Amino acid sequence: MSMAASSAGHPHEPRHGGRDHVRVQTGDFDAGLEITRLRAGRVDIGAIASFIGTVRDVNDAATVTGLTLEHYPGMTEQALADIVGEARRRFTILDALVVHRVGALRPGDQIVLVVITSAHRGMAFDACEYVMDMLKTRAPFWKKERTPQGDRWVEARASDDAAAGRW
Amino acid sequence: MQTASVATLVSIRLVYLARLREAFDRERETLEIAADRALTVDAILDVLRGRGGVWASELAPGRAVRFAVNQQLVRRTHPVADGDEVAVFPPVTGG
Repeated sequence: MSMAASSAGHPHEPRHGGRDHVRVQTGDFDAGLEITRLRAGRVDIGAIASFIGTVRDVNDAATVTGLTLEHYPGMTEQALADIVGEARRRFTILDALVVHRVGALRPGDQIVLVVITSAHRGMAFDACEYVMDMLKTRAPFWKKERTPQGDRWVEARASDDAAAGRW
Repeated sequence: MQTASVATLVSIRLVYLARLREAFDRERETLEIAADRALTVDAILDVLRGRGGVWASELAPGRAVRFAVNQQLVRRTHPVADGDEVAVFPPVTGG
């Protein structure tokens, strides 16, 4: 019996993409805790892929002392839920979770967490990359950086569009 | 006998986000338009550009602007109806 079995719920019920798989929050997250929750009571998971995006102290040759993340309440949660739902249709996965922070962040802070569970690693890796590529181009979040020269909105990157276009 | 086109008054809720919210110095507004035919996002943009100044420059053709109608990402040709929420924002930069 695993320690995780103590966190209740309905472990073997199939879970479906929806808003319960996405969270937009100001507070930090604990990837280990989130993964433990996803695994709780399940023995059908053979692979877990996760991605964590963090704040860097430099961007486009400028020092970044902090950033503020803005979102579009309602649409952001729905866009993330749609992306998770599409990932579940495209890939053979068991579960998916997206946590994205908003508000004021500092270099080194965590911004985004994606966790995918599946039977085999290939689908877990692919689905994780798919969710991030779609999130970067379709989920309404905007970053404003603080630099010694003043505040500036981050510009979208063509490379992100190219990455999303692969799928 | 002349047939006049009948214009109906359409009410659109506009939402501005991120850099455009700052540029336009407003978060939301309600736009009342007398429309004599079906509206699109493009038609709304024409009205906003007509204000001149920062509206004309930020929404100029060729500028990277994104739109959502009722919180779904759409193209400029997407229809807009009475009571819709139309959001106008720069390309997204999350993650």
